[in-house]
Amino acid sequence: MVDHASAVAHAHDPNIGTTGLDNRKVGMWAFLGSDCMFFGSLIGTYLAYKGKSISGPLPHQVFDIPLTSYSAALLLASSLTMVLALAALQESRVKKAAGWLFVTAMLGLHFVLNQVYEFTTFALHHGLKLSTSLFGSTFFVLTGFHGAHVTGGVIWLLILVMLALRGKIDARDYTKVEIAGLYWHFVDIVWIAIFTVIYLIP
Amino acid sequence: MTTPRPTPPRLRRRFDWSLACLLGAVLLLACSCSAVGWNWDTPMTTVIPKSDFGMLIHDIFMLISWWTLGIFLAVETVLVWVCWRYRDRAGAPIPKQIHGHTTLEVGWTIAFAVILLVFAIPTIRVIFKTQEAPAATALRVDVLGHQWWWEFRYPQFKITTANELHLPKGQTATFLLNAPDVIHSFWMPQLGGKRDVVPRRVNHLTLTPQVAGEYPGQCAEYCGVSHANMRFRVYVHEPADFEKWVKQQQAPPVESPDPLAQQGKTIFSSSACVGCHTISGISAGHIGPDLTHFASRTRFAGALIDTTPDNVAKWIENPDHMKPGALMPNLGMTPEQSKAITAYLLSLK
Amino acid sequence: MATQAAFMHGSKAETETFWGTVWSWLTTVDHKRIGILYGTSAFIFFLVGGIEALIMRLQLARPDNTLVGPERFNELFTMHGTTMIFLAVMPLSAAFFNYMIPLMIGARDVAFPRLNALSYWIFLSGALFLNSSWLFGMAPDGGWFGYANLTTTQFSPRHTIDFWMLGLQILGLSSMLAGFNFLVTIINMRAPGMTLMRMPVFVWMSFVTQFLIVLAFPAITVALILLMFDRFFGTLFYEPAAGGDPLLWQHLFWIFGHPEVYILILPAMGIVSEVLPTFARKPLFGAPVVIYSGIMIGFFGFGVWSHHMFSVGMGPVADAAFSISTMLIAVPTGVKILNWIGTLWGGSIRFKAPLYFSLGFIAMFTMGGLSGVMHASPPVDLQQTDSYFVVAHFHYVLFGGSIFGLFSGIYYWWPKITGKMLDDTLGRWHFWTMLIGFNMTFFPMHYLGLIGMPRRIYTYAPDLGWNHWNLISTIGSFLIGVSLLFFIVNVFRTRRSGAVAGNDPWDARTLEWSIPSPPPVYNFARIPQVHDRDDFWLQKYGDGHGGAPRPKPAPVTAAEIAAIHMPDTSFWPLLLALALAVMVSGLMISMVQVVIGGLLTLWLMYKFAMELHRPAAGHGH
Repeated sequence: MVDHASAVAHAHDPNIGTTGLDNRKVGMWAFLGSDCMFFGSLIGTYLAYKGKSISGPLPHQVFDIPLTSYSAALLLASSLTMVLALAALQESRVKKAAGWLFVTAMLGLHFVLNQVYEFTTFALHHGLKLSTSLFGSTFFVLTGFHGAHVTGGVIWLLILVMLALRGKIDARDYTKVEIAGLYWHFVDIVWIAIFTVIYLIP
Repeated sequence: MTTPRPTPPRLRRRFDWSLACLLGAVLLLACSCSAVGWNWDTPMTTVIPKSDFGMLIHDIFMLISWWTLGIFLAVETVLVWVCWRYRDRAGAPIPKQIHGHTTLEVGWTIAFAVILLVFAIPTIRVIFKTQEAPAATALRVDVLGHQWWWEFRYPQFKITTANELHLPKGQTATFLLNAPDVIHSFWMPQLGGKRDVVPRRVNHLTLTPQVAGEYPGQCAEYCGVSHANMRFRVYVHEPADFEKWVKQQQAPPVESPDPLAQQGKTIFSSSACVGCHTISGISAGHIGPDLTHFASRTRFAGALIDTTPDNVAKWIENPDHMKPGALMPNLGMTPEQSKAITAYLLSLK
Repeated sequence: MATQAAFMHGSKAETETFWGTVWSWLTTVDHKRIGILYGTSAFIFFLVGGIEALIMRLQLARPDNTLVGPERFNELFTMHGTTMIFLAVMPLSAAFFNYMIPLMIGARDVAFPRLNALSYWIFLSGALFLNSSWLFGMAPDGGWFGYANLTTTQFSPRHTIDFWMLGLQILGLSSMLAGFNFLVTIINMRAPGMTLMRMPVFVWMSFVTQFLIVLAFPAITVALILLMFDRFFGTLFYEPAAGGDPLLWQHLFWIFGHPEVYILILPAMGIVSEVLPTFARKPLFGAPVVIYSGIMIGFFGFGVWSHHMFSVGMGPVADAAFSISTMLIAVPTGVKILNWIGTLWGGSIRFKAPLYFSLGFIAMFTMGGLSGVMHASPPVDLQQTDSYFVVAHFHYVLFGGSIFGLFSGIYYWWPKITGKMLDDTLGRWHFWTMLIGFNMTFFPMHYLGLIGMPRRIYTYAPDLGWNHWNLISTIGSFLIGVSLLFFIVNVFRTRRSGAVAGNDPWDARTLEWSIPSPPPVYNFARIPQVHDRDDFWLQKYGDGHGGAPRPKPAPVTAAEIAAIHMPDTSFWPLLLALALAVMVSGLMISMVQVVIGGLLTLWLMYKFAMELHRPAAGHGH
């Protein structure tokens, strides 16, 4: 409950609501809650079909755990660089922030390229495609949608980098970059769950 | 607007007219009701059960029905009474602004929960009782739901038939349910509840029919174009009659001396028919129904069409015409050929 | 007044011409206009769904009838269900979310006005996309619930299922975007002093509904994605031959599907919770309990989904568990009825059209709820599911419940939205004919189900005892159609000659009645300070304990109004919705179109996001 006076004070920033929170942040949290259900359903499907494939290569025959662990580390590191970007922006060091955002995007891009490499290896060397087996279907759809989320995030980050370098973003836009950060961290956390379920649990 | 205005005369007249129409319609409905009545003893009724399974269900249904009828009458009566008693009167003051009554609200919540407990206990009991494993002496019937007909196999007797299910009265029957194509639902309303037949899954249904008779059944899960035409018939026999039926079905196909039937047999054996249908000793197709004792069945094509010479001939010439979407292809039989095949099929008692 | 002109939608020159007016509607970001767009579209699709029903009823009026064949009939029941749920009830609810939520919480608009417009245009494109299937002879025919594996390419080779699958994805996106918008709006844009417990119950029910939308739709999104991949890219999710389980579809669908039915009923319950207190002139009886019940229904609504699957053979433990959870959820649902009756009790009830529809809601929803309790018992359900009994059940709660509730809202808020009163007599004629027609149509279906009539059948044999009541049901359905004529005539007649409504024609209780009808574009000249639930009523009459009414606030000054900043119109939502439609429909046409549509969508998303970045001085957010 906010009284009239502080409501008037906040009225000058149309994005801040009566709870003191920024609308866009609350909106991003709502979206992430929804996306949790989305990935939950996909992960549930993967688990329901685990071990039920009738034919085709088995997970342990195709997985390259060292490579995917390296990819996971990339994504984890990118969350750190994202935080560094935001810290720089808070200090109004826009160029530095742009730099860290770029690094984050590149780490994400590296992750996606690793995934493309992994997918092509599965398809060409192991004969595992979408239509090969339940494992093929569930694996590619689950990790593919995650990869699409990462790709979307990379594009978003690169746009922010471009805007920052053109002087169109500064400390006033902290919240806009922060919600990109929230999204990025979410994508990272989902990967931890997916990685565990698919690659680590036998 | 703080003082309510009395209803103007013109509006009141109109209200009376609408009330008159309402009463007229209710009267019409009541006449309609009494003229036909609510006849519960119909071929596919669920409320006059003929099996133990059906009766267990019916008992819970009646329990819930009486309670819900009581709740319905109580709630609707109170609603109507409240509307009449507390209707606005000209010049009435603003009523007391009551916000709630905790004791009352807690009370009716608990009361409702208790009533539901009354339903829940027998429900849970019956769920487990009706899904128990059947005794070893149960008659096993394998049910396969196809688009759009029913296949019944009796592994203990080595019988395969279609669309007509025969059961002995008083003996427990256990059904193993599966579908090779899409999801269907196996429902014999007079004998109890339904169970879906699902690809890649064997479902179970166990019941003991207790009244001899003929009961229609129907697929109850939308399964494509001719879902409405995917029917079957259940015949519950006295045990002796059931034995007779089993013997008849186990017998080899009848060899008819009729030359037309012989001709039909020749055409059948040399046509694509053999790819889909089984006639014991003649062909071994498993896509369509087993025809070994085709003529022992009063209906065909998912118990949709009466087994008459005319109908069978028409079916052979153009299945899709008689049953939309029928998966039996039109083999381009001439009327003469289909007459012959008909004679052959109708000889297979 | 001069300051009012500054807030007209679009420039003065634009709105004086026909095309200018059209453009101002196409580019509106005003929640009130968007609400009107949703409501008008929803009503039209309600009529479309109704006609689909009438054709089915004509076919079923007699046994072995040949009016329509099975192909057409199967399309009709598929489209009727899909239309009524996604194109009629949900957008009608959305019309009220849009129009009334900001007004009821004392806000000027929703949190993201352009996103709001985007939701509408995506909805419309999805609705048109889905119905375009009729023109291509490819109307969906897999049922509104599209059970696998009937919907795989093997058993449904034509594009019918694709129209349904892609159409629902578009519609789902629209609902989710609106869901995020309303969640933020309700959380973050309430007037000062309006704590959550002081919010009107309609806002509360809508709030719970938005949570349900954003958490349930992802499940059906995934179910549809898996189906799309099966149909377009050869995956094996629903392919039994490869080990796929058709029941996966059912689980995912009903994890969405059950919360969906609460999405369909909660807003109508909210409406009834507003109408009854106004016309009984008493507060809602046990408002906190009604609110907590709504929250519990929302929460536990995610734990009952397999009661739609009692016949699939899940085993006794699962059957028992879902039976118990279903009976549990009947408790908060059922006690609301008693709260509503308690509201009327001791009141001073004025019988106007909005109240009639709310009374109809209570009466019909009670019946539907009671038949629902029967379905909660798996043994009993094994007879009733997939028969006309369940058809009766869900029409009693969705039509007798949701539709009657929504009409109550239409009659109640019509004066606020249009500034004119609807004719009350015509409204009562509408109510009575609809009530009689509805019961004549659906009550016999309980009986038909109990004597074994399955659902989704295009015809039936004449010797099963189903003939007479199918005919009565058909007659009833046409009576429903007649009842709607009263409403339509009422709308057109009162457009010109309806009585002027004024701010508060019903002597109501909530904030929206404290402003003019129709409201100015900025809603409140001064954002109100809220002290209580039903704050407006207390302003008028005091607290009922002998205290005097609250002193009226000082009149609004021109300077206050001049300081209000409202958002500009925008064409990006419309364009972005079009691009999305191009991309999605491309999945049925060519991947080139998907790529082009996709790139266009991405570019338009960028433009949309950048439109308000560093706005010029003087523009709103």
